[in-house]
Amino acid sequence: MLSRVAENIYWMARHIERAENTARLIKVNTFLLLDLPKRIAPGWVPLLIITGAEELFHKRYKDTGERQVTKFLIADSDNPGAILPSLLAARENCRTIRDIVPREVWELINELYLQSRDNLNQGLTKNGRHSYLNRVITSSQTLAGLLAGTMNHDVDYHFMCIGRSLERADMTSRIIDVRSADMLPDQTGESKAYDNIQWMGILKSLTAYQMYRRSMQVRIHRNPVLRFLFQSQEFPRSVLHCIQEVENRVKQIGTDRATLQVLEHIKINLLDVDIKNLDHASLHTYVDNLQLDLIRLHNFLAQAYFLPVEE
Amino acid sequence: MSTNWQNYNSAPAYDELISEHGVPRLESKNLVQYLATMDQQELAARQAAAEVAIKEMGITFTVYNQEEGGTIDRSWPFDIIPRIIAKSEWERVEAGLKQRVHALNLFIDDLYHASHIVKDGVFPAEILADSVNFRPQCIGISPPLGIWAHICGSDLIRDADGTFYVLEDNLRVPSGVSYMLENRLVTKRVFPELFEDYAPLPVDDYPSQLFDTLAALSPHKSEHPVVVVLTPGIYNSAYFEHSYLAQQMGCELVEGRDLVVGEDDVVYMRTVRGLQRVDVIYRRIDDMFMDPEAFRPDSLLGVKGLMRSWKAGKVALANAPGAGVADDKVVYAFVPQIIKYYLDQDPIIPNVPTFRCLYQDERDHVLANLDKLVVKPANESGGYGMLMGPYSTKAERERFAEQIQQNPRNYIGQPTLQLSTVPTLVQGLIEPRHVDLRPFILSGDRRQVTTGGLTRVALRKGSLVVNSSQGGGSKDTWIVDVSSKT
Repeated sequence: MLSRVAENIYWMARHIERAENTARLIKVNTFLLLDLPKRIAPGWVPLLIITGAEELFHKRYKDTGERQVTKFLIADSDNPGAILPSLLAARENCRTIRDIVPREVWELINELYLQSRDNLNQGLTKNGRHSYLNRVITSSQTLAGLLAGTMNHDVDYHFMCIGRSLERADMTSRIIDVRSADMLPDQTGESKAYDNIQWMGILKSLTAYQMYRRSMQVRIHRNPVLRFLFQSQEFPRSVLHCIQEVENRVKQIGTDRATLQVLEHIKINLLDVDIKNLDHASLHTYVDNLQLDLIRLHNFLAQAYFLPVEE
Repeated sequence: MSTNWQNYNSAPAYDELISEHGVPRLESKNLVQYLATMDQQELAARQAAAEVAIKEMGITFTVYNQEEGGTIDRSWPFDIIPRIIAKSEWERVEAGLKQRVHALNLFIDDLYHASHIVKDGVFPAEILADSVNFRPQCIGISPPLGIWAHICGSDLIRDADGTFYVLEDNLRVPSGVSYMLENRLVTKRVFPELFEDYAPLPVDDYPSQLFDTLAALSPHKSEHPVVVVLTPGIYNSAYFEHSYLAQQMGCELVEGRDLVVGEDDVVYMRTVRGLQRVDVIYRRIDDMFMDPEAFRPDSLLGVKGLMRSWKAGKVALANAPGAGVADDKVVYAFVPQIIKYYLDQDPIIPNVPTFRCLYQDERDHVLANLDKLVVKPANESGGYGMLMGPYSTKAERERFAEQIQQNPRNYIGQPTLQLSTVPTLVQGLIEPRHVDLRPFILSGDRRQVTTGGLTRVALRKGSLVVNSSQGGGSKDTWIVDVSSKT
């Protein structure tokens, strides 16, 4: 298998996953804000922090209102994490590997991009946004099913799964980092009363609420939520689950030592951490380190399997 | 309302299916009768079915789109009524094409070695000196089997009396063969019942013939030589074809950055399991962009050191760099002499009469008849930069006259030929439209010609421009054995 093809299929999966995650984030934030009193509502800035695009945003917009932030996250072509640019990137990735993926995959990605582009105005209105975002989420899930059900589960497919899981682990850790920070500064009075709703918001932005209930069978509280999102062996968006998925796929591709070592390292850090001892500051450091590990993981993968960067 | 062939009139052009007075030619009798049984609605339904099939099968070509700031894939334009050529007639064309490509390969090989043809005064040295497609980097190189143009696409037209002429030879990176193959598949889906009466000779052995031709070039004996298709990438207008041929031959489709030339001068492709040796490259990148080390240093599409590897005999390139020297509208004018010189034969398929502005008397004729002739620059393709005399304005003719005076070597003039026509579906009605034909000739350990080729059709009434980038469509081309029919 050509390195360029591996790289393209990996990025195709990452871009699609990114579009889906961004769609989920916007959707949940919309609902969360409806539940919280204006005084303590975190507004839209956390979404910018989660997606790591705060600086870029402030260069382009003054106001951090709903209209500006949603537009920035859905359509802004300068924002690489935005939905439409991600879908476009995925489509371009897929175009170059049309001969590798089942034809329906190309057709679905092509159609998803074209539809999202053509219905953009609907996506930018308050009442049209919900169904717009849902289409992105559903199509991404359809795509995953299509690939699982119609593509050879060969090296190409492993790279696709690696891209998707890495992107997912990255987003889950970002959401935990930013959202848990929101809730901590003022642990008295009114905001504490809404803590529960906010933790629910976190779970929901990862579609983890129902599975949390089934799996943990405890009320929604900081530590079990964090444990679930970091360490669950069962929930497919938990960081551990994603990392194990990457590890399984990497092992089927080859035996690159650096990649396997960093994977082992991440896994140990996830399993060994005692959540209840992590206060706000150490949680933040912990997630920071995790993010750095994920970047290292990508770099090792790229070094071992992708095309060398042009001199 | 069904078609009344009595009213079908292609005059003064030769029609491929219908002779005068609405009488079908022998080989097209069944098709014409069959079409007459269909009314306008039925024909439109079949055309619609073809368009659906083309969309479903993803047969596209790429055009640049200013608005989107990128390229878009367009569905391949196709007309459902096939063009039929009798096998007996085709055999002569086939022999003529083989003869032509044989001579052209000898010519190219000669130019890069002793240049006997120039020394013997048959081919003027000044044309060679000016040629933009002559590659000094290739002098003295002997590619495997002495062949430079492994894949040639020659454009044929038929004049008013039905004679086939060669209009041009494409020896660089001719495209269109994938559409020839797909057109047959579409016709099978749209007119399955026609195949009960007809057994057009199959076309689908091309990919395996191409693979065999390429594999035979491998620099070392191995049971499974590694053959790849080298594409400039998704923005190239023929990307569909590159991807298609790679798939059909079961080869990797590579871009320049997938390949690397090692210190041992061997070409490798970068795979997830490390470097893998490449033996034969079917390159669909122009010479000038192929290797920044040997040609344009700013090329991002090529592979550094590719020429080095080829010169060292470590990799085979098809077509060979420098083959384009014979793909030049001025060189074209000399092909009859070239055939005579190398093979001591007369051309089986004639050239279109061509006036070479290089020579004073021929130039004067062109300048005096700009309103009647087609004037072409030596090295443009796709119908660009041409003067269509009868349809030109005075200002255009004056501009061309000046250009010809400035650089006479770069221009040729040809009479405007009546391209033949084929019945074509136009808004539910059958009307004559002009066509050409591009067969593909493979040269390796033997020479093979596609059965028929790609028929391109000018969809606008009266138009002679068949290029898909300029509103042309295509048709399935049938070679039919009339003698063996019961």
